[in-house]
Amino acid sequence: MRIDQRQFNLLAVAALVALAAHLVRLPLWLAIPLIAIAPWRMWSRSRDPKPISAWIRVPLVFALVFVIFNHYGNIFGQEPGSALACGLLMLKILESERVRDARAAIGFAAFVLMSALLFTQTMAFTLLICLSLVVLLAALNALQPAPILTRNLFASELRTAALLLGFGLPLALAAFLFVPRLSSPLWGSPGAFEDARTGLSETMAPGSMTELLIDDSPALRVHFEGKVPPSSARYFRALVLWDFDGRTWTRDGWRPQNSLETVNSAADEISYEVTLEPTNRPWLPALDVPLETPDRSRMSRDRTLHARNSVDQLRQYRVRSALSYQLAASLAPLDRRRALRLPKDFNPKTLALAKQWRSEGSDDSTIIQAALDRFNASFTYTLSPPLLGRNSVDDFLFDTQAGFCEHYSSAFVVLMRAAGIPARVVTGYQGGWWNALGKYLLVRQSDAHAWAEVWLDGRGWVRVDPTAAVSPARVEQDGSTAGAGAAWNPGSWLLEIRNRLDVVNRMWTQTIVQFNALRQKSLLTPIGISNADQGDLLRVLACVIAAFLIITTLWVLRSGRGRKGDRLDLAWHKLQRRLARRGFPVQDDEGPNDYLKRIKSRLDNDSTTAALEQLIRHYIELRYATASPKDADIQAFARRIRELKLPRAVNS
Amino acid sequence: MSAFGVVGNLGQRLLALAERRLPALTRLRAVEALPIRLHRRRIYVLPSLFGIGFAALLLIMQLGALNYANNPALLLTCLLGAAAWMSLYAGFRCISGLELSAIQATESHAGSSVSIRCRFASSTRSRPNLRIRWAGIDHAFAIAAGPPTETTLELPAQRRGWMHPGRLKLWTDQPLGLFVIWSWLNPEFSVLIYPALEASPPPFPFDGKRSGIRMARNEGDEYSGLRDYRSGDPQRQIAWKASARHDSLLVRESERLIQDDLHFDYAAIRGLDHEARIRRLTAWVVAADNAELGFTLELPDQCIGPGHGALHRHACLRALALLPDAH
Repeated sequence: MRIDQRQFNLLAVAALVALAAHLVRLPLWLAIPLIAIAPWRMWSRSRDPKPISAWIRVPLVFALVFVIFNHYGNIFGQEPGSALACGLLMLKILESERVRDARAAIGFAAFVLMSALLFTQTMAFTLLICLSLVVLLAALNALQPAPILTRNLFASELRTAALLLGFGLPLALAAFLFVPRLSSPLWGSPGAFEDARTGLSETMAPGSMTELLIDDSPALRVHFEGKVPPSSARYFRALVLWDFDGRTWTRDGWRPQNSLETVNSAADEISYEVTLEPTNRPWLPALDVPLETPDRSRMSRDRTLHARNSVDQLRQYRVRSALSYQLAASLAPLDRRRALRLPKDFNPKTLALAKQWRSEGSDDSTIIQAALDRFNASFTYTLSPPLLGRNSVDDFLFDTQAGFCEHYSSAFVVLMRAAGIPARVVTGYQGGWWNALGKYLLVRQSDAHAWAEVWLDGRGWVRVDPTAAVSPARVEQDGSTAGAGAAWNPGSWLLEIRNRLDVVNRMWTQTIVQFNALRQKSLLTPIGISNADQGDLLRVLACVIAAFLIITTLWVLRSGRGRKGDRLDLAWHKLQRRLARRGFPVQDDEGPNDYLKRIKSRLDNDSTTAALEQLIRHYIELRYATASPKDADIQAFARRIRELKLPRAVNS
Repeated sequence: MSAFGVVGNLGQRLLALAERRLPALTRLRAVEALPIRLHRRRIYVLPSLFGIGFAALLLIMQLGALNYANNPALLLTCLLGAAAWMSLYAGFRCISGLELSAIQATESHAGSSVSIRCRFASSTRSRPNLRIRWAGIDHAFAIAAGPPTETTLELPAQRRGWMHPGRLKLWTDQPLGLFVIWSWLNPEFSVLIYPALEASPPPFPFDGKRSGIRMARNEGDEYSGLRDYRSGDPQRQIAWKASARHDSLLVRESERLIQDDLHFDYAAIRGLDHEARIRRLTAWVVAADNAELGFTLELPDQCIGPGHGALHRHACLRALALLPDAH
């Protein structure tokens, strides 16, 4: 059966909705023709309903596969796969002429919609996608051959779709809760999400963090047990960078755990749970310094945490950290050498300055203070610093004197090493916004930070934040981002709102996105099954769904029973029932007129008989003298029956 | 095409076998008196082909979501699946409680189609996208909430005589096309199909048996009016002078012919086979009635008339329709 123009237009709209979910990721040269296909075909079909020949359609499919292969280098994998699916969907629209094609196209559109969720899992996006289902189901409903003709057909189709989804919601939620989750993937690795996600990078070179610092998407959320550390103590270490080649800081490879740096006075301990957004990198930021290793991760020698695999899904881990500590009471000679090593023939002026300080007989802490004072005196904090030359630290220290955390930490560590103080760069996150409603700390990517650690005799590795000397607000202020005083400022009230709204996102993340096999196991604890296996879950799923189905089925069956006739009949039967209770059951062979006559002959209450007579005459008129009584009249009739007062007792 | 044919044939044979073996499970065999109300015990539900495909798609989507531990995607598939399931109820509600209260047919001749009006009792809810499959014909219609509704479907009238359309399948795949919900109805209904009309019959026969022409009304009135010539009008009645003035044949109307002025005799028609004679007689009967002429129909086993008017016409057509087949 061929579909008419209206059905086709709705189908095209549904396909466009599914395409829209992918639009962000499609290259422009592909997105524009794909979008254009739908309106073009809507127009061309209305002019000439002839189907498009296979001689055009089949080469288009090959062309699509070719361009996608050309652009992505592959047609499998998530990005090229979804691009291919979008293209095939639009080409399917091109050939959809019959109901069967249209239905297949809508099913495929649902698949395309779902695949969009592989890339983005935020609440807003998920809700949007679920709402798009309304359009898809409406398009499916529109393929029916004989709808009730109303003024706005599309509205009634949307209503049907919304009702189906609405009534299905409880069932959907039950299924969602109890469908057994896989503890390991069946195929592929979940690390298929190769596309770069922003996060701390393994190395640090001038400008490498700029993109991160203007990205205000959430990086991690932290739930503290007990008191919340002040902003100035919220340094989340992720990476320790030891080696400098004059431009780039790189990190130490992983070394066996038996040579962990020791932590001595772990007096001020704090326990917390971190929910880390996916980064595709293994680092697990932790407040300095972590004392224990969470599951599925290990601790590097310099006490940073690394997951065994890249974090490609939301990851939750619990850590215990010490806030006041003595890290590495003694420094091994090898480490000392590494912590003092500087590239040859770089930054001569910086080396000279450090040597001069040392030759003035200053001790370590004086030199540190001198460096910080120098920063404090004339340096400025900016996210768009001037470019630096080969001797980047020289240029920064003596020339440009403007930059952000990576410049300061880099220059500071070089200065310290030149002065003979073992030092290293640490990157991670600092600060965060305390969400009082959700009672958690929200750390955004823009809270990424770099600072320094110097090793002092008797105190171990000591954190020094040279950026704080320039821009104390960066470190101390709650909720402010690195942009303070910089060219980039997103409008603080907007950020404030977004910070507050983040509690919703967190609930979403915790209840929906984070719901995994482990959580599912504890789902049945309230009913006494503490460690549910998949069989238990399936049984519960079966029970819940069966109960749901029985209830709905009973309801549907009941709703079809005993209700004979239209609304007017219902009202009339109600009146008959009321009269029957007063002793006037209607006889089988009795029409309304005879019924009235019989009642009148036995009832002597004038006002009631008059009202009753009026009512029954009204019924006769509506039922027998009107071809199709108006809704308003029927409602008025039903109301009058409800309001009718009958005498309490009638002796029959 | 042939593959479909084979499958269809096999399906029919399986169905026949199932009906023979399990009459209670398959369809209602007995003819039922109207009205027929559809209740849950006679409504059947199965997923459609599209429904099965959709379920497979949902399964794939669910597996994918589970594999990537992607809960939002899983939620989406659950929602889609639940909505699909709800569509079953929506479709069931569409058919449940439906009441077929009357069936009427219009007069029709073999070779054309017969219009059958199905009347459904008043309904509290609207029932869109209902379909009837009856005698190989598909018909889609909707019933709005409110007073009784009628829908007309055209069945092919293949041959004269009693037509028993037999069981009809009332079904719907409302609202999404995922489930087919149907019920078999076997209403007590048959329609008499009159024989086909001969395409261009010869003029009415005038043979020696006719007993003469009598004037219908006041005999003194030569002609009270003229009308266009119709095939079958006797030549004597043609008003030649008036016709010459008008470029078309005109007939004097005042000379209304009544009673047995026309005599259609089955036996008198020669050179034609049985069915062709019936077709010619039928065409004459219809033409004579249209021309408001009286006539007598003489068939091998009965003689109807003389008479005129609708009742006479129907009696004649009925007799013609029910003539036994040639041996």
